[in-house]
Amino acid sequence: MNALTALDGALTVVAAWLALGLAGLVAPRSFRFVAHVLFPLSALLSLALAALGLAALPGAAHAMVLPIGLPGLPFHLRLDALSAFFLVVLGLASAGITIFAAGYFRSGEGTAPGVMGLEYHVFLAAMAMVMLADDAYAFMVCWELMALSSFLLVTTNHRIPEIQRAGFLYLLVAHIGAIAILLCFGVLQADTGDYTFANMRAQHLGTFRASAGFLLALFGFGAKAGILPLHVWLPEAHPAAPSPVSALMSGVMLKTAVYGMARVTFDLLGTPLWWWGVIALAVGLATALFGVVFAAAQVDMKRLLAYSSIENIGLVVIAFGLAIVFTAYRMLPLAALAMTAMLYHCANHAVFKSLLFLGTGSVLHATQERNLGKLGGLMRFMPWVAVTSLVGVVAAAGLPPSNGFVSEWLLLQGFLFTGALPNPYLRMLVPVFAAGVVLVAALAGYVMVKFFGVIFLGRPREEKLAQAKDAGMLERLGLAWLTAFCVLLGLFPVEVMEVIDPIPALLLGRGLVQGGHIGGTFLLAPVSAERASYSPIAILVVGLAIAGLAFLLVRRVYHGRVRRAAPWDCGYPWQTARMQDTAEGFGQPIRQIFEPLYRMKRELPTAFDAAPRYRVTVEDPMWAWIYLRIAAATEAVSRRVGMLQRGRIAIYLLYSFLTLVALLFLTQA
Amino acid sequence: MNVEGVLAQLTALVAALVLAPLLSGWVNMWRAWLQNRTAPPITQPFRMLDKLFWKESVMAHGASPMYRIAPYVVFSCMLLACMIVPTLSTNLPLAPAADAIALVGLFALGRLFMSLAAMDVGTAFGTLGARREMLVGFLAEPAFLMVVFTASLISDSTSLASIVATLSHRELTILPSLAFAGVAFTMVSLAENARIPVDNPATHLELTMIHEAMLLEYSGRHLALMEWAASLKLFAYSCAGLALFFPWGIAQANDRVALAFALPVLVAKLAIGGMLLAGIETILAKMRIFRVPEFLATAFLLGVLALLVRILLGA
Repeated sequence: MNALTALDGALTVVAAWLALGLAGLVAPRSFRFVAHVLFPLSALLSLALAALGLAALPGAAHAMVLPIGLPGLPFHLRLDALSAFFLVVLGLASAGITIFAAGYFRSGEGTAPGVMGLEYHVFLAAMAMVMLADDAYAFMVCWELMALSSFLLVTTNHRIPEIQRAGFLYLLVAHIGAIAILLCFGVLQADTGDYTFANMRAQHLGTFRASAGFLLALFGFGAKAGILPLHVWLPEAHPAAPSPVSALMSGVMLKTAVYGMARVTFDLLGTPLWWWGVIALAVGLATALFGVVFAAAQVDMKRLLAYSSIENIGLVVIAFGLAIVFTAYRMLPLAALAMTAMLYHCANHAVFKSLLFLGTGSVLHATQERNLGKLGGLMRFMPWVAVTSLVGVVAAAGLPPSNGFVSEWLLLQGFLFTGALPNPYLRMLVPVFAAGVVLVAALAGYVMVKFFGVIFLGRPREEKLAQAKDAGMLERLGLAWLTAFCVLLGLFPVEVMEVIDPIPALLLGRGLVQGGHIGGTFLLAPVSAERASYSPIAILVVGLAIAGLAFLLVRRVYHGRVRRAAPWDCGYPWQTARMQDTAEGFGQPIRQIFEPLYRMKRELPTAFDAAPRYRVTVEDPMWAWIYLRIAAATEAVSRRVGMLQRGRIAIYLLYSFLTLVALLFLTQA
Repeated sequence: MNVEGVLAQLTALVAALVLAPLLSGWVNMWRAWLQNRTAPPITQPFRMLDKLFWKESVMAHGASPMYRIAPYVVFSCMLLACMIVPTLSTNLPLAPAADAIALVGLFALGRLFMSLAAMDVGTAFGTLGARREMLVGFLAEPAFLMVVFTASLISDSTSLASIVATLSHRELTILPSLAFAGVAFTMVSLAENARIPVDNPATHLELTMIHEAMLLEYSGRHLALMEWAASLKLFAYSCAGLALFFPWGIAQANDRVALAFALPVLVAKLAIGGMLLAGIETILAKMRIFRVPEFLATAFLLGVLALLVRILLGA
């Protein structure tokens, strides 16, 4: 009864979102009405959705049929633990993002506010419905609705050609992915013609069909998530979109793809095969390394975050692959550990990446600059944004006691158990993956120091930055909300894992908590206390106590005098803000080490240049390696096909005649 | 949590605070002797700290709160690390709060704040140091984790106390994986503690330094805290190395006899280690900064090799 009302409640929220969106059309030009009335209401609905999801997580699954859509093809809906968890993530992240958006959107930016409000709410509703869909038809309709509404949101400032281009690229990749997902559902229904998920679950597919289904799902959902060769839209779309939209896309929409992968692999396909896991591990590691290495070279703050999202999705896919490997060998407790790490990282990334994207939004509004090389020193002018971003940065760098560390810790614990795997090749491969994961985690720290240091620390690189204003009240509220969850998810891992636990229990038949203890309130010990334990609260409390005591003791025994003076800098008095590291400069060691990965163009001045110029551009090599080749091949093929088109009716009649003859011949034979 | 545990924890805390500057002084003494110089007394770091604490702190005009907070955060991280690593005994109430992976995380947190503080004033040297520090860090951290993983695979635990308990009770044979891990760990510690051949702790040539470049703007009590944190870091790394590779002498839970001997044993081990470190620093020359990635990549590969040897051959 409880879970059924939760499903009803979730549908009510979806309907209310749509109603709010439509209400915006009453006064599409009134930015005050849309931003200050509709968006705060919408944030309340997000909270309600998160609460409903939380209530439904431990309960049994409930399904219903909604008679909308085509006749004879109603929407099947189902709310189980997996859907509920992702609804919670959606609700929590979108509550903060929406309240931020209420303060963020200004009049006179692109699409009329009412229309944009409609797109925004359709986007939210579609994401919620994707999680609830229980047949391929409903899923695809909502999936496409999600893609279209987010496309419209990305192109909010649709008059700028770059943004049009980014939007087109996004739409294209989204649809290539959608085709693969559609084909995947086609494989899963095993020629029964029944596209409900219940039917797919009941089918026992052969190895070939199941593998084809898995690979199609990995490709299709991977296009939305941004796994390696399909990531190209992310660094284009995120800088183009308004910041709350980037936050929503990166924080939540990427997770719908993870949801899709988990749904298909663990729920619809039944028991996975081990080599699927290896593919996921390899793809995930490549994605994560590529993302983080490119993030280090970026000079646009939103592109940097977009590449960092690619990295995080890579880590999620690695955990996903590890869960598959363990499931395939029926090592269920470890599979539950890996799956928990995957879901935990999804929640973490949703929170901290939304937070960072919103922070860049505030910076963008205050300075009109996205280029890291023209920012700097904003901590003094925008302390709210700086402090909240600092929490996000520590989380994104995966450092204790933040939330980002917990999921990485769980993932590494999962890797440490691979010695028990029966397959010797896997045993050999997996440590290499573990090494890769650690390298990615360490590089993420580099990227985050660059991000925070260049934007908020140092001296302002432009005069106008001194006039930057801190975020407004609503924006601060949104930032504070997400910051709070960065902290809470980091400090209470045991409680979070207990919330997540029904999902592995549902999908694997065995949870982490129910099979043993995972520690107490303050101590996380997923396997046993002797094996490994971690207590973020203890670290934080003792750390703060040491810092506080040191502070007090130094003042008591010695003194607290401070004198302000010009910076020392080895006695060099003529320094300017331009002498600080630029974003390019800070990324230079990484560029040098990973040089073969980048497609770099350098213009170096010679010693005799009267007006020396130094310029370096870094391009995504996937364009040249894959996309431009595909484009060239497509063009070549279409040119060949074009030879058929002569534009004369006689020739087309000849074609018809020849076809007819050929068909007659075939039917005769 | 028992009284004995709390006492052991407090002893470890005091021991770290006292022994860490002494270790730095000891290394400096030996370095001076090996280089035919007259050595400063072993208590010289304490005199420096006292002097710095008395001096007023000069801050640049543009320094933000980050600059003032960072020394306390870094000091806190390093002291916390010293309280988690089993130095004298494994019976530490705080030890379950952080296993070896979290320990690496703590060091990384300290590094993050130190780099951010270095970027805060906005001088060319500060950002240069921050960038180089992060460069060293992103290669050293994975290598360190590989070493930790090898040790935890041997002892089926990432908890440092369990690792020490397992490793000190096995028969005295050299495991090939541990040998690889030991070499990797030595290389990582040299890099992480800003030692020759990666960085020069005594340099005043701006372009060759990493750690000192980050501290260039610091003075007075903030500098004192940073310096103390640096010696605590060296102490924590040394003790982590001793716990992983020479765990004999660290008292197990409720072993009072061993506890009595733990301090002299630790001091003896650190004394030998410090002499070796001074020897390494005397023999080797500092590398160019872009040789450092190769040096650390070697450490990383050795770490991976150690892990593979352990997993595949069980040795």
